[in-house]
Order: sequence, then structure tokens, then C-alpha cells
Amino acid sequence: MSEPIPNAPILSAEDVHVEFEARRGDGRARAVDGVNLDIAPGEIVALVGESGCGKTTLARTLLGLEKPTSGRVLHRGIPLAYTSKALKRFRRDVQLVLQDPSGSLNPRHTVYDAVAEGLRIHGDVPDERERVADALSRAGLRPPERFFLRFPHELSGGQRQRVVIAGALVLEPNVIVADEPVASLDASVRGEILALLLRLRDELGLAALVVTHDLGLAWNIADRVAVMYLGRIVETGPVEKILTAPEHPYTQALLSVLPEAPGAPVVLQGEPPDPTRIPAGCRFHVRCPVLASGAAAAAGVDGRCRGDDPGVLAGGTAIQVACHYARTVSSPDGPSDGPAAAARP
Amino acid sequence: MSLLEVKDLTVTYRASTSAASPEKRGSAGAGDVPAVRGVSFTLDAGQKLGLAGESGCGKSTMALALLRLLPKTAHLTGEIRFDGEDLLTMSWGRLRAVRWAGASIVFQGAMHSLNAVQRIGAQIGEPIRLHSPKVGDAEIRRRVGELLEHVGLPARRADAYPHELSGGQRQRVMIAMALACDPQLIVADEPTTALDVMIQAQILTLIESLVAEQGISLLMISHDLSVLADTCDRLAIMYAGRIVEEGPAATVFGAARHPYGQALAAAFPRIGDPASRRRLQGLAGDPPDPADLPAGCSFHPRCAVRLGHCDLVDPSLWPTAGREVPDDGESHKGKGNRPAGDGTRAACVRVLPDDGLSLVEKESA
Repeated sequence: MSEPIPNAPILSAEDVHVEFEARRGDGRARAVDGVNLDIAPGEIVALVGESGCGKTTLARTLLGLEKPTSGRVLHRGIPLAYTSKALKRFRRDVQLVLQDPSGSLNPRHTVYDAVAEGLRIHGDVPDERERVADALSRAGLRPPERFFLRFPHELSGGQRQRVVIAGALVLEPNVIVADEPVASLDASVRGEILALLLRLRDELGLAALVVTHDLGLAWNIADRVAVMYLGRIVETGPVEKILTAPEHPYTQALLSVLPEAPGAPVVLQGEPPDPTRIPAGCRFHVRCPVLASGAAAAAGVDGRCRGDDPGVLAGGTAIQVACHYARTVSSPDGPSDGPAAAARP
Repeated sequence: MSLLEVKDLTVTYRASTSAASPEKRGSAGAGDVPAVRGVSFTLDAGQKLGLAGESGCGKSTMALALLRLLPKTAHLTGEIRFDGEDLLTMSWGRLRAVRWAGASIVFQGAMHSLNAVQRIGAQIGEPIRLHSPKVGDAEIRRRVGELLEHVGLPARRADAYPHELSGGQRQRVMIAMALACDPQLIVADEPTTALDVMIQAQILTLIESLVAEQGISLLMISHDLSVLADTCDRLAIMYAGRIVEEGPAATVFGAARHPYGQALAAAFPRIGDPASRRRLQGLAGDPPDPADLPAGCSFHPRCAVRLGHCDLVDPSLWPTAGREVPDDGESHKGKGNRPAGDGTRAACVRVLPDDGLSLVEKESA
């Protein structure tokens, strides 16, 4: 068995494709259609996109819950083995935090049982009480003993989400995958839970992949952001760059429609196409405001928008954009020229 | 005259219906839960009012109260004047006429509000059929087609079942239904919650253009202050069954005076603003249990800037600019709800001339 590679990303997707049989038998749905993504130790990465863009499928694949059709998932540089024994070991290190705490907690289990469940599955019976108490207090439920015998319905929404996070922390993972961790919470509670994720990173060095449709959340806590559209990451880089000076027209449109955004909103019409029928060329071209306005034609790239796939972006931390127009109009020393040009076709 | 005028509205959920004898109406008994405690506001024709607050602050109860859609255990006092008529004393027949044709509701969660086994065309046509029994089937089909196109769906989608539509399309169907009988007022309860940002933008643009084209008044309810500030003219913030701040949308969102309003506004990140980057402002604690409200200002246990006498004084809404000098006796408990022009009003002692200390004396006297 191979040893973990030092300095390797804690979790990586390498050209991951996940396909499903389409419901009516007409072809296959390419839910994840070629994704490279790395999460470094202690890093918070936000994976943002609309419903149906494949972000949850990608997260499930990174957790080993879905097996890629092609490509691979690496844990500390080692390809994930899909045996139940290997997966069990993997999940001590990589934990899932689900959205909607009311749905992911068993209403008939006490807080203690909910948090201890992970330990019991992994056979860590000694010091159970101590470790449950420790996880609860790290999740901000103090003093922990006061919460041991409470049931989910006796807690507020924010406290329930903390219990779910404590359940993930009890196995002392190095990375958590959180799917919409604050979507079902009130605005006032949202800040508290996000502050908790930041504190866990600072205190424990816990890395996180946060899957969300909320760009504000990415701004609040993430180091890097990856914007996903129809099965691919279309723009990625540090949050400060991507959310203040986005280059992909899709990212630009998403940011422009947020309340309080400066300038006129670019409201895209319709909804993302069906993943069984991904458009040829750039997958965004049918809804692209830059192509529709004629700006792409003026830059001489409209033919490529319709005919050439801008390719799969590489992993790592570099700024990259999968857009012919952005790559053409950016200045030569602009960020999109370097790494993006190196992206595989 | 305002289209909608709510005066000192209270909604109390009774623990048991047997205690609900008429003479007890309005008096609080054991086990009663006051969900709305003296709310007053007005909404003019064509105006858009946003109502914000956390879950459990009474905002949805208030929306349902406006159309008398609450269960029998709920007891209402005060006045809800719609186009001059009091909805609370209105006969059931008259009320049926007002629902849909006068005022209609867009509920949150379109999947649960639509009938899963009925084609959407039939559901949109139903209120038309109820309100104009003489209209023929062909005419209803034509009007349904028009309504669908009005909300951005092709008329042929009338034959679809709700499960065949996406979340955004279902919300469009809900809006078409609300428009079916040309109402003067639309109450929208979290119309975009659970929708993606782009779909949310599409729905909000649609609502805004319909309201502007047809001069409809809008009461929009949401926990998302930024969405309300973007869509509405005025904003009201509810806490523990009361309006604690009210004023022009931009002022309330950008420069709230009530500490609760400030906390809600700060909860929304402004992308690009370094102040909200990795610095999160939550509001510790939970809204109080309506059955067991704290003494004095109901927000004081969670308030970061509370004063020593905040657990003694329960301030009413007060003009923040201090442009009106209140008469003596016009003090608290829902009596100070007078219109104050375009100004902002907040129910916080810090807005009162002497930090509300005179009220303490009055309370202890």
C-alpha cells in the first residue's frame, strides 16, 4: 500500500466524469463532465453554481459516495480505492456536513447519540463521552453536558446545525465537505455558523469544500472559489479576484444579479440546458450575453464560441477561465492567459 | 386613502378552542401565544412594502391574517381595512370576493402549494371560474394562456403537471394564479426563497414589472433584507410580533437605527467589501418564545448596545429624525403609531429624546 505523499492536496479530483443513465433512455446525462479540483490542507474552497450544475454530484464523488465514470479522486495523493474497508478509513478523514439539519438528524436520537454515532461505527468506544463533549464544545455548544440528552426538536435551527457539525468533528477529520451549510438557516444564525467554520480552520487546520449557490458565502469565508456550469468548472481562482473582477460572462452575470450589486443586472433568460444535451462549442454559448451582444464577434471569437470547447481547467490554485472571449481580450500579462492557456483542450 | 390600512392588529393563538368564548376575545389567558402584538401600517396603491424578520417573528402569521386564512385557534383584534372595508368584520361571502380579486397570495414553496395531480392550466383557471361562473371554458383557456405568457411561460404549458416544471417555472405559475383575477394587492410570502440566484433575479424582475405595469400594491415577506431592499419602496422589520423599525427601504437597509435592524442588515455580505470578508457578524441567541416574552423591550436579551433600563421600557415606534414632538401621554404600547411622512421610525429607547428614561419614571409611578 502506498504512503501518503507529503504536501499533496488533501483531496483532489482528477479529470472526473460522472455520467448517469438518462430517465427516458435518451442518452446519458453528463452530470460532471471533466473536473480538476484540489483542496489543500487548511484551505476553504467554495464550489458555486446553480441547481443542476453538478456541484452536489461532484461533492458526492469527492466523498466516495459516487464512483466516477472516468477520472479519479485522490486523497493525499493516493487514488481512492472503492472497497468498503478503504472507504471507511477514508471517511474518518473526510467528513460530510449536510444541509437542512432538521432532515439529517434522527428526531428520536439524543444529541449525544447523534454525535457518538460516528465513533461507534468506527469502533472508537473508549473515551466516547469525552470525545463527544469535546466535539460539541468545539462546535460551540457549551457546556456540552447540557446538550447530551436534548432531542433535535428542543434545539433551534442554529444549534441543530452545530450538532451536525459536531457529528462530523468527532472523528477528527482533516477536511469536511459541507453542502449548503447555511441555506436553511436564518440570516442572523448564518453568520454564526460561518464564523464557526472559519474558527475550526484557524484552530484545527480543518480544510473545507463548501458547496453552495450563495456567492456571498464564498466572499465571507472561502480562500478560493470554483464556479461550475453544466458539469464543468468555468472559472476558478482566489475569492478576492474572482468575485471582484470575474472574467467569465457566467460569473459576471451571477454577481450582477445579487441585490446590492453595482451596475445593471444581467438576468440570463431560461435555465441551464439539460446535461443530456450539452451544447457543442462552449457549453455556455447559448445563454452567453457576450456572444449575444456581438462583443464576441467583434473580438473575432464567435466561431470558436460556437464550435470549440474551451477545455477542462487544470487543478491547483491558479486563476483560470474557460472562455474564448476572456482569453482573447485580456491583456497578455493578464491572469487568464498563463494557466488557462495551459489547460487541456 | 390607502389601499391597505392595518391598525393595531394582534393575533393570538389560543391553547384550546374551548376557551374562545366571544367575551374573552382580546384578553390574554394562560397558554395563549401572542404571535402578532399590535402591528400598524399602511400600504398605498402601487406601493411596495417589504416585511423582514427571522423565523418565528410573526411575519407569515401576519400575511395570513390579512386574508383571514388563519386557523380557528387564532384570535384577531384591531382593524385591517382593505379599500375602506374592514376585513375582520366582513361576511364570508364578501371575503371570498375579496380573496383573489382584491388581494391574492403567492406562497413560498410552490411545490407544496400547487396540486400535484391537476394540470397547471386548471389550477390557474380555478379562481377565474369561481369568481366569474358565467365565463365559458374556451374563454378561461384563453385567459390562462395569456396569464402564462404574461409570466414568461408558453401558453401550451397549461397542460403540464407541476412535477414537469422546474422550481422557477412553478413559482411563475403561482404568480400567474395570483394575477388571475386582477387583484389590487399581492402578498408574496418568501417568493424566491430556495430558488437559485439567477432564477431569483428572473422572478423578482417579473414581479417588479407586473407591479409597475398594472399598478398593483405589493407586500413582500422575506428573511432576506437585501432582496427586500432591492425590490421594495419601504421596509418594515418585525421582531417578536411587532414592527420595530420602518422606513424607506434604502435607509432601513443601509442605516438601520434599531439594533435588530442593524444586525439583520449586517448579516448579508456585500461582495467586494473587505468589512464582510472573513469577519462575520452573527446575532447570538434566538428570538424569544412568543408565549414567554422578556420584560421591557423584547429584544434586550440579545441586544449588544442595551442600556440599563431596557428591561423596564417597551418603546413604541418613534420617528428617528425627531421631527415630530410627541405630546405627553402619547407614549408606548402601540399608541404612537402615527404616520411620520417619509421618515424612519424605530422602537428603541436610543431613538427617544432622553433615551426613554422618562418612560421608566412613568412605569414605576
